[in-house]
Amino acid sequence: MLEYNDKIREISKKILKECKVDLVIGFRKGSVPMMNEPHVVKNPDDVDKLIWDSHCGINLANYLTERKEKVGIIAKGCDSRNIAVHIIENKIDRDQLYIIGVPCQGMVDKRQITAKFSGEIQSIIEKGDTITVSGNGFEEKLSKTDVLQKNCAVCTHRNPVVYDELAGDLVEEQRGVDRYEDVRAVEAMDSEAKWQYFDEILAPCIRCYACRNACPLCYCPTCFVDESRPQWVGKSIDPTDTRTFHFLRAYHCAGRCTDCGACERACPVGINMRVFTKKLEKDCKDLFDWEAGLTIDVRPPLDIYRPEDPDEFIK
Amino acid sequence: MEPAKLTNHKKGGRLENPYLPYPVRIDDVIVETEDKNLKTFKLVFLNPEDENKFAYEAGQFAELSVAGQGEIPIGIASSPTEKGFLMFTVNKVGLVSSYMHSMQAGDIMGVRGPLGNWYPWEQMEGKNVVIIGGGFAFTTLRSAIIYMLDPANRKKFNEIHVIYGARTPGMLLYRDELMEWEKRDDIHMHITVDGTDDPDWQYNTGFVPTITEQKAPQGNDDTYAIVCGPPIMIKFTQPVLDNLGYDHDHIIMSLENRMKCGIGMCGRCNLGKEFVCKDGPIFTLLEINQTPKEY
Amino acid sequence: MTIIRIDKKDWAPGLEKLNSSYRLFGPVKEQDFHNFKELAKGEQPDFNCLNTRLSPKSIVQPQSEIMLEFTLDESQADHHIMKEPAVNDKPRAVLGIRPCDAKAFQLVKLNFDTLEHKDVYWLRNYEASTFVGLACDNPCSACFCSTAGSGPYNEEGLDVLLVNAEDHYLAKTLTPKGEALLKSAGWQATIEPGAAEAQIAAQQKSAEERIQSRVYTDNLRGQVTNELYEAPFWEEVAFACINCGTCTYLCPTCWCFDIQDEVHGCAGVRMRNWDSCMYPLFTLHGAGHNPRGTKTHRVRQRFMHKLKYYVDKYDNGIQCVGCGRCIRFCPVNIDIRDVIDKMNTYGTCQVDQS
Repeated sequence: MLEYNDKIREISKKILKECKVDLVIGFRKGSVPMMNEPHVVKNPDDVDKLIWDSHCGINLANYLTERKEKVGIIAKGCDSRNIAVHIIENKIDRDQLYIIGVPCQGMVDKRQITAKFSGEIQSIIEKGDTITVSGNGFEEKLSKTDVLQKNCAVCTHRNPVVYDELAGDLVEEQRGVDRYEDVRAVEAMDSEAKWQYFDEILAPCIRCYACRNACPLCYCPTCFVDESRPQWVGKSIDPTDTRTFHFLRAYHCAGRCTDCGACERACPVGINMRVFTKKLEKDCKDLFDWEAGLTIDVRPPLDIYRPEDPDEFIK
Repeated sequence: MEPAKLTNHKKGGRLENPYLPYPVRIDDVIVETEDKNLKTFKLVFLNPEDENKFAYEAGQFAELSVAGQGEIPIGIASSPTEKGFLMFTVNKVGLVSSYMHSMQAGDIMGVRGPLGNWYPWEQMEGKNVVIIGGGFAFTTLRSAIIYMLDPANRKKFNEIHVIYGARTPGMLLYRDELMEWEKRDDIHMHITVDGTDDPDWQYNTGFVPTITEQKAPQGNDDTYAIVCGPPIMIKFTQPVLDNLGYDHDHIIMSLENRMKCGIGMCGRCNLGKEFVCKDGPIFTLLEINQTPKEY
Repeated sequence: MTIIRIDKKDWAPGLEKLNSSYRLFGPVKEQDFHNFKELAKGEQPDFNCLNTRLSPKSIVQPQSEIMLEFTLDESQADHHIMKEPAVNDKPRAVLGIRPCDAKAFQLVKLNFDTLEHKDVYWLRNYEASTFVGLACDNPCSACFCSTAGSGPYNEEGLDVLLVNAEDHYLAKTLTPKGEALLKSAGWQATIEPGAAEAQIAAQQKSAEERIQSRVYTDNLRGQVTNELYEAPFWEEVAFACINCGTCTYLCPTCWCFDIQDEVHGCAGVRMRNWDSCMYPLFTLHGAGHNPRGTKTHRVRQRFMHKLKYYVDKYDNGIQCVGCGRCIRFCPVNIDIRDVIDKMNTYGTCQVDQS
C-alpha cells in the first residue's frame, strides 16, 4: 500500500492549490511502531507529511462530524462507508467533501503482532505482503495476511464506495469470507454461557471510552452514559454499568456500523467489543439485507418504516 | 489573596475527613424571586458544637450535601455575625439544586466547609467599599454587607456603596433587607432594575454598569470595588471601573466553576495553577488577568 | 542503608510469611498484558513484565472508592446523615513497582497532602503501603524517565529497591518501613555492601544507557503561562485527539476524580471515581456553559497541568515520570515528548527585538 503515498500527496497538493478544499485529513508518520497520527494539512507545501501504510486503522470519518469547511479526506473502504453514514445522517454534506479513495488490503493488528514477541518491538518495515518486525536482539518476517486486524481479515468492502478520485487501482474484494463465524459461535451458547462470555470480555474495561470516541458513529453531543438528568448509567466500574455501556452502544450502532475496527484498535486493554456490534450487523443483514454505508441514496432500515418490515409488532 | 485558614486536621488521633459533611436540618425555606427559581435555605446544625467548627468569613462558600443526590458549591449568604444558623440561596439549575427546591423545613441534609478564601477584610479596613452586584450573584455580597454593618465592624470601614440590580423588582434578592438598608445613613444604596411597569418604583432604572457610572465613587488607593454578577454585567462594568480610575488590584471578584471536592484536589475548577475552590473563589482582577480565562 | 541478598528460592517462602501481616499486590498477567492485582494466597507476582498496562495508582487511588455511606430509610435515627465506612488499613506490600511509578506517588502526594487539607482516603492507602521497587533493566523505547525526574534505578518513593541478579535479588533497604517488610519476610542475609553496590551501579549504568528517549524541560518554569496557553501549536496537537480517557487513566500521575452518590433501595454511598480532563462533562457548568468547551481546551489543560501549572505550583519538576504509557497506548499517537518539546522551546527562537 506504500505506493499510494505519492498519489495521495499529488492529489492533496492539487486540491489544496486549486482551493477545491480548505484542508486535507490524512495520517502522518507515527512516533512509535504500528501507529500513525491523524493529521490535517492546510498548506499545499505540507502534503509530504501525509503517509499511508498498514497502520492507518483509525477511521478518519470520525474527524468529519459537523465540519463547516470544504474537506479533502483520505478514505479506505470502511472510512468511505462511514463517510456515507455521516452523509446520510446529515453530519456532513457530500458537496463539502473531496474523497481521496484508497483501495485497501487490510491494516495490521498491533495487538496480535505485539503478542508474538516477548521483547519490545522497535521497528516494523513493510514491503508488499512482508512485514519485518525487529527489536532488541530479534528480527522476524511475517506475512501481512497472517497478522491482519480481525475485521480486515473478514472485510468484503476493501474498495472505497464513495470517492472523487482514487489513489490506486481498485483491488479485488475478498470472496467466500465467512463474516459471522464468531457471532454464530456466541449465538450457539446457552444464556448462562453467553453471560459468562460477555463478563469475561468486559472484565478489563476501565470505562475510558476510547472505543466510543474512536467510533465515527458515536457523535452524540451528550452520550447516554454522560447524562445526569436522568442518570441512566452509573459512573463506577460496577459490571452492570460497564455492560450497560457496551450493550447499549452496540445497539446504537446497529445498521450503522461498518466493522471498521476502530473501537478494538483504540481499546487500551484489548477488549473485543466487535463481538457485540457484529451480532447487530449480522441481524441487520439477515432481517433487512442491509449493510451500512454502501450507498448515500437509501435510508438505513432502522430510521425508516416499511410495510414489509419483518416484525409483526410494528404493524 | 489571603491564605486559606489552617484547619484542625487531627481529631482524637485520626485525620479529620474533609469530605464528611456536618449534618444540618432545614429550618426554613424562603422563595426569593417572582420566578420562584431562587430559594433561600436556612440551615441549623444538628450537633450544636459543629457551628463553632464551621467558623467562616464573608465571601466563603460551602458544599451543600443531599444524600443520594450529591453536592453543590454555594456561597454562604449568612454573615459570620449572624449566629445559630447558616443561609444559602440556591438557584434551580442542575440535579442537586432542583432536588433541593423540593425539600422542606425539617428535612435533613449536610454542609461541608467553610471552603475557599474570603473577601480581603483586613486589607479593606479603613477603606471605602463599593459593592456591585447583579441578579442572583448577590449571596455572598449580602453576607459582606451584614458583616460590615454589624455594630462591631462598621467603624472599620469608611464609605460603603452598594449598587445592586436585577431584571425586575420581583427578581431582587433579600428585598426586605434592601429596603432596611435604604433607610440607613451609613450605607449608600443604589438599587436598580432593568425595567419595571410599577408606577411606585422609587429606585433606579437602568443596567448595573450605567448606574455604576452614575453613582460609584472615583477609584483611588483607598477604594475597593467588589463585583459579582453574570458575565455580561461584569463585561460592561469593567470599562466603567477603568474609567473611574479603579486599579485592577482594587477590583475584587468572586468566580464560579464546576466543583466537586471543594478543597483543590479533584482537579476540575482550575484557572491555570489556581483552583477556584481553594485558591479562590475571590480573586482580584489583576490576578484573573494573569491566568487563562477558563471560567 | 543495607543491602540484603534474597535467593530466588527464598522468594516464594518469604511472600508466604508476608501474607499474614500484609496484603500483597504485584503484577499479574491476564490475557496479554500485566496489571497490578491483589495477590491471592500463594499467587506469585510476575516480574517478567516490562511494566504494567495500567499504573499501580489504583492501589492508593482505586478507580471507584466508597467515601461515605448513608441510609434514606426515615425509620432510622440517622437517616440522610453521611457516615464514614469501615476502613481496611491492613498494611500493603506493593511488590515489583517500577521506580517511575513509585516516584509518581511522590508527585501526586503534593495534591492530596496539603497544608490546608488532607485527603484521608488517599493518605490512608498510601501510608498503609510499603513499596518494594523492581529496578528496570529493560526500559522501553518510549520511556524517558531519566530526563523526567526519575530513572530506571531511581529510589524516590521506594522503601526497598530490588535489583534482579540472575539467581537472586539484591534488596536495597531504603526506609524503616522497607526494613520491617524484609524482616517480616525473613529476608535478612546482609552482604558486604561494597561489591553489591558496585554490581548495582554497573547494572544501573547499563540500564540508563539503554534509555534513548530524552526530553528537555528547563524552559518550562520561565515560560509565561498565558503566552504558552495562547501558543498556536495547540490546534495541531489537539487535532488527532478523540478525547478518550486512555492517557489519563493509564497515567501514574493523573489524579482527577469525580464524586457521585449511588443509591440501591434505601442504602446509599457517596463514592469517587477516576475522572478525566479529556471529558467535556468534567468542567460543564450546571447552567450549560463550559469553560473548556472544545477538545483543544481539554488537550491543552492536560499538558499545561502536567508541564506548566504543576511546575509553577509546587516547584517540584513536571507532573510526569516518563513511563511512556500514554505514548504507547494513545489510540491516535499523540506523543507527550513532542508536546514537551513544543512547550519548552516555545518562543526561544524568536529574535529579541530590543
